[in-house]
Amino acid sequence: MTARALSSPLLTIEHLTMRFGGLTAVNDVSFTVGRGDITALIGPNGAGKTTLFNCITGFYKPAQGRLALAREGLAQAENVDALTKSGRRHNGVIYLLERMPDFEITRDAHVARTFQNIRLFSGMTVLENLVVAQHNILMRASGLSLLGLVGWPSFRAAEKAAIEKASFWLDKIGLMDRADDPAGALPYGAQRRLEIARAMCTDPVLLCLDEPAAGLNPRESAELNDLLLSIRAELGTSILLIEHDMSVVMKISDHVVVLDYGKLIADGTPDDIRNDPRVIAAYLGVEDTDEAAEVLA
Amino acid sequence: MSPSMSITRALREAGFAGLVAAGLAFPILTLGTEMDQSNRLVLEQRWSWMAIAAALVFVGRFLVLAFARKPARAAPHTGARVLSPALAAALPRAGVIALFLFPMVMLFWLGPQGSLKWINNYGVQILIYVMLGWGLNIVVGLAGLLDLGYVAFYAVGAYTYALLSTHFGLSFWICLPLAGLMAASWGAMLGFPVLRLRGDYLAIVTLAFGEIVSAVLTNWTDFSNGKAGIMSIPRITFFGLPFNANENGFAATFGLEFQAIHRTIFLFYLILALALITHVVTLRLRALPVGRAWEALREDEIACRSLGINTVNTKLTAFALGAMFAGFAGSFFAVRQGFVNPDSFTFMESATILAIVVLGGMGSQLGVALAAVVMVGGTEVLRELTFLKQIFGSSFDPSLYRMLLFGLAMVVMMIWRPRGLISSREPSVFLSQKKNVSGALVQEGHG
Repeated sequence: MTARALSSPLLTIEHLTMRFGGLTAVNDVSFTVGRGDITALIGPNGAGKTTLFNCITGFYKPAQGRLALAREGLAQAENVDALTKSGRRHNGVIYLLERMPDFEITRDAHVARTFQNIRLFSGMTVLENLVVAQHNILMRASGLSLLGLVGWPSFRAAEKAAIEKASFWLDKIGLMDRADDPAGALPYGAQRRLEIARAMCTDPVLLCLDEPAAGLNPRESAELNDLLLSIRAELGTSILLIEHDMSVVMKISDHVVVLDYGKLIADGTPDDIRNDPRVIAAYLGVEDTDEAAEVLA
Repeated sequence: MSPSMSITRALREAGFAGLVAAGLAFPILTLGTEMDQSNRLVLEQRWSWMAIAAALVFVGRFLVLAFARKPARAAPHTGARVLSPALAAALPRAGVIALFLFPMVMLFWLGPQGSLKWINNYGVQILIYVMLGWGLNIVVGLAGLLDLGYVAFYAVGAYTYALLSTHFGLSFWICLPLAGLMAASWGAMLGFPVLRLRGDYLAIVTLAFGEIVSAVLTNWTDFSNGKAGIMSIPRITFFGLPFNANENGFAATFGLEFQAIHRTIFLFYLILALALITHVVTLRLRALPVGRAWEALREDEIACRSLGINTVNTKLTAFALGAMFAGFAGSFFAVRQGFVNPDSFTFMESATILAIVVLGGMGSQLGVALAAVVMVGGTEVLRELTFLKQIFGSSFDPSLYRMLLFGLAMVVMMIWRPRGLISSREPSVFLSQKKNVSGALVQEGHG
């Protein structure tokens, strides 16, 4: 547990359990994502990392557990308990993610995600991808399409703002000159960056990235680190990421959570994790400190 | 681009295709049953038919393989261009102007008697299918939801007008929006239960819905008068002025000589206006968040949900809007025919409209319009080919070969334009330059 996760929790995961038939993919996992932290979720293949992600973002309904997200301020335990008892999904500040359908988690609780296998709208242009992500703001501005249909000025203004925001992100990910090209025609590394920019266009407080560095070369991987650090620094967005690339994990994360066989086996700063014998054992199967230190270095 | 294959290889492959055709033709063409004079069924063998079919396939396949150019497979980063940008912009405008002038030109050229066939059978008939194609294009082409029961909404529109006008005496102009609303609410009603289904499952349920509507209309005699249908539906009026020879009729009011063609011309302009409304609304919606969400849904539903898009509402609006335009077209159909019965709303109609959308290039408005002209105009042209009777004998009816034309069109499309007549996609918003997206990158939706 890191200092920020303790003092200013953004997402509190308590006793999360997810079962598929007889298989328990996530078993009684509890940890906290600190506000403004970059939290890395690591573990061997099949440890349940993506399942945990899918529970947080509403793609799976967990069998048990509570996922309380406090959009602002501190989530007092008694407030969270009161909300839990009331049976409601949120009170405007605290959101119980396990009760919400996937699209509401992005729309109302402002948790955005990317996917392990990139899911861009490949037949739409790069700009369109970023504008679609601003659907809910634009939908409201278009008066459920009625004002938009007649070209109402307020909708035009909202549309212009949406394109400006998209341009901001295009600039940030270095794809300004490819704005009008189809997303499917971009090189792999650019698609990864575009998917992150698209998620950021939903104005998230928590950005969940599922293996953002997978398939990237060392240079692209370093660029990704810079992008994530600048997102955190400039917009204050907290980041939760699954990653196998230790150069990303150890360099940028403030807090590392380790899963193995669906169970949480370690939770702490990168330094703590590097020296944790249980993590070393999970990664190598045996307690061979030298080799494990290499992997986790 | 060079010929795609050496001659010997093409001959070999064509020979193989010919053999397959012969195999297929054997049970269908070679063996036929005929009634002899004492009413017994006799097996007839027509080996020459099989030989002709196999030879046709052999020659066709050989020509395609040896001489046809490979379909242009555009590199993903270049926008596939079918037409030059200037032409692509000018063509629809020129088309609309030509359509506005069409009845007048026909009238002056062929006179009131001769032009009737052209305005009615070609003009009105094709425009109905253009409108239906554009309506279904919202559901299938933009939102990527495969709807095999679209004709049900067409039927809802037609029966709404037929029943409201015959029972309550409501005029067409009141019934038209009601028919649209009615069809839209049926679209939403179908939408709700099937939203969880995707792909093949959605297609099957929509197919069943189409059949249910047609079965109800056939069997609930108290409601719809069954197979006999609803007769003497009030005809169209010129905003209240009837098209008849009376002194308060349209012709007398405007000081014209009464002619039956006036009504047909009015119907032509009415369906033209309805089709253009469908087109303009679709174009505008495409550039609105809801339209972009439809296309995003077609591309990747899971990504849509991860961006906070309510996919249930998005699918429902696509279903309801598509159905609404079918409802408008349906009430137009009823007022044009003056008679409706369930036979006009069979699965074949749904299949025709879907074929128009697929042949046109899913999502392309111009492509759908062109495909409607080819498919519906083509069947009308078949009727004209009376000279074929001199070749094949007087019992030969070329319009019976409609299905052959459909099949041929499909095969030709599969070879040359597998993504439809116009397969490139126009972006709904652009930053510096509008570049069309090659059809190879555009997803077709998972239902």
